[in-house]
Amino acid sequence: MTETLSISERRIGVVLSVLLALTGLVMAAAARHGVMSTHGFMALGLGIGLAFLLAGALHDPEPPTDRLRRYYDAPTRFGIVMTLIWAIIGMGIGVWVAALLYWPEATPPWPATSFGRLRPVHTTGIIFGFGGNALVATSFHVLQRTSRARLADSVSPWVVLIGYNLFCAWAVTGYLMGSTQSKEYAEAEWYADLWLVVIWVTYFALYIRTLARRNEPHIYVANWYYLAFILVVAMLHIVNNLALPVRWTAAESFPVWSGVQDAMVQWWYGHNAVAFFLTAGFLGMLYYFLPVRSGRPIWSYRLSIVSFWGITFFYIWVGSHHLHYTALPYWAQTLGMTFSVMLLVPSWASAGNAIATLNGAWHKVRDDATLRFMFVAAVFYGLSTFEGSFLAIRPVNSLSHYTDWTVGHVHSGTLGWVAMIVFGAIYTLVPQLNGKTEMASLRAVEWHFWLAVTGTLVYVVSMWNAGITQGLMWRAYDENGALSYSFVQSVEAMAPYYLLRTIGGGLFLTGAAICAWNCRATMRGAAGHAADRPLAVQPAE
Amino acid sequence: MLKLHYNLEKVSMGLVAAIIVAASIGGIVEIAPLFTIDKTVEIPEDLRSYTPLELAGREIYIREGCYACHSQMVRSLADELDRYGPYSLAAESAYDHPMLWGSKRTGPDLARLGGKYSDEWHVAHLIDPRSVVPASIMPSYPWLTRTLDTDLLSDALATLARLGVPYDEDMIAAAEADALAQSHPDSDAVDGFLERYGERPATRVFDGDPSRLTEIDALVAYLQSLGTLTDAPYRTLAEDIQ
Repeated sequence: MTETLSISERRIGVVLSVLLALTGLVMAAAARHGVMSTHGFMALGLGIGLAFLLAGALHDPEPPTDRLRRYYDAPTRFGIVMTLIWAIIGMGIGVWVAALLYWPEATPPWPATSFGRLRPVHTTGIIFGFGGNALVATSFHVLQRTSRARLADSVSPWVVLIGYNLFCAWAVTGYLMGSTQSKEYAEAEWYADLWLVVIWVTYFALYIRTLARRNEPHIYVANWYYLAFILVVAMLHIVNNLALPVRWTAAESFPVWSGVQDAMVQWWYGHNAVAFFLTAGFLGMLYYFLPVRSGRPIWSYRLSIVSFWGITFFYIWVGSHHLHYTALPYWAQTLGMTFSVMLLVPSWASAGNAIATLNGAWHKVRDDATLRFMFVAAVFYGLSTFEGSFLAIRPVNSLSHYTDWTVGHVHSGTLGWVAMIVFGAIYTLVPQLNGKTEMASLRAVEWHFWLAVTGTLVYVVSMWNAGITQGLMWRAYDENGALSYSFVQSVEAMAPYYLLRTIGGGLFLTGAAICAWNCRATMRGAAGHAADRPLAVQPAE
Repeated sequence: MLKLHYNLEKVSMGLVAAIIVAASIGGIVEIAPLFTIDKTVEIPEDLRSYTPLELAGREIYIREGCYACHSQMVRSLADELDRYGPYSLAAESAYDHPMLWGSKRTGPDLARLGGKYSDEWHVAHLIDPRSVVPASIMPSYPWLTRTLDTDLLSDALATLARLGVPYDEDMIAAAEADALAQSHPDSDAVDGFLERYGERPATRVFDGDPSRLTEIDALVAYLQSLGTLTDAPYRTLAEDIQ
């Protein structure tokens, strides 16, 4: 990091690190004890560590003067490392909690290792840790390449990445210590939420400033998606997390929303976290890396316009399909269902556009596991968006809701689509950014691909079976008009599926571990920078 | 249209504005009408708010992530009415910040749990679920026998009062004492508690050990209050049947 920053930038970095340390000190001192104090010490430690790192490098030589005529890839490399670390943490916890459902006696007797506290560590670790770092890292790469411009400055990418990872670390350690808002996928407490707003504004400013320096008249499709991701996630995050702290010095708060209002806001947020975090951002990734890797231009420009605006407009309506047959007003449920079905059109337009792009490059799909990751991602994107529209239909939802079918659906999206496109992007980027032509081991990529596909299929199929079994058992009546099964009988029926699911997750995790090892081997033998450069020569400092 | 877009995608702030507009409409249409909730959802006269002890229990329920496996929302479906009881009304969770409707039933729905099992059953079940339900896959919560921390209770009630939950100044000031009183029905303090919260909340030693106020006292008090804050769902269902 330090060798890519000029001495004046290192000074700015020292000042920012000291500010972070002071913020942490104030938090720790004000809270005195409890979660907020621990989080204060974490920020203090990080700030001091960064200050020492940067201050120690103040007398190191200036970076080469031609650096401004290159793309700034060091933050992307760091982001990819964080992506892989969070992948192992998030997926590892996922496999562990899956195992606990099969073998609950294995729960250690400590509060921090209980299922209820680990479950949000898994979801946050994967969505925000793994997915978020992958999005930020690839967005920096894609933004620079499609704009033919270097990032607008060298300090703010680090602020975004380090600050964002501090948010993730605060969130997951908070859950372990029992601090949570209980809002699904927005469990982090109020000060972590405020911190994320600061980081997100920095991210948006960096994005727009870099776009303003672009040397291409048009903004490429991938950037529309990344922009939608940044903007709408900000909107969702702020509205859903509006809360009054119980005390300014404690990690406890009450949301301003209550009851049915809170439910609507929560699932407006919850489903659009899926839409704009787990879909829009990763479609940005798909629209860049798939054409690059296959060497084919996107099949249809017009279709990409239709699907982009369709997704941006339709998705925001669909959250209420999480609340069918509940106390939410009926008209709001109906709107959610209707738009969920309509959403299939832009979703399949995107998936179809991606697959049609591969026309003429099918031999590469056969030979290149990296491109195959992206192809499978597009296929699973199509499958899970179809499933999503289907599950949003009221009578179908009456069977599937509250069951493991929903869990299966989510994982067909996250394992099959999100993680696959991330791995495709990582296998494209890691060699390129380290001056190599290929990953250290191509056989390992091949192994990872088949482990990931098998793991996903085992997981999703077992959860489909589990969910449908549960749904049918809950609503079964005997000939006397009494319910056929007690609830606990439906729990017992889940055992084989929960075991299979754990195995599927384990296969997927093994693949991710192979990926992390392979990336490390490739990065260790780094032979230099990415070879490509921005078109325009920028003035040296 | 294509020409329009061809030009739009050259202007970054234009694209930003268009995304914000496109992504705002759906949320505004679906969420804004719920701001008139006071007019659309009639709050039943008998709806009571949680007592301090129940509220502390609710915070433990949230802290341990119980909502990840248990819903608190009976849907208006025949089998759910038969299995759990009357379907949930919006008014029931009018004072719930946050709502805990849940999204997954790895375990059963809890909206109508109050009064269904004894306190002893709940204590045994929380400490070791398989001692009472051999096939249960719920984790054990042995640490809930530790002393309840009531430090934040007054501030919690005050915060909720600012958000519209009907806690008055006396309730806020006496929050810690009331938490203790509710689990000590023989103490003198219980008179003040009954004055503020009436006869409806249960006053008893929830964990069977009067010497200490524990987390499990609070959690069991909360679980026993579920579905008992108002009779409105039962009245509504009776009207539906007629």
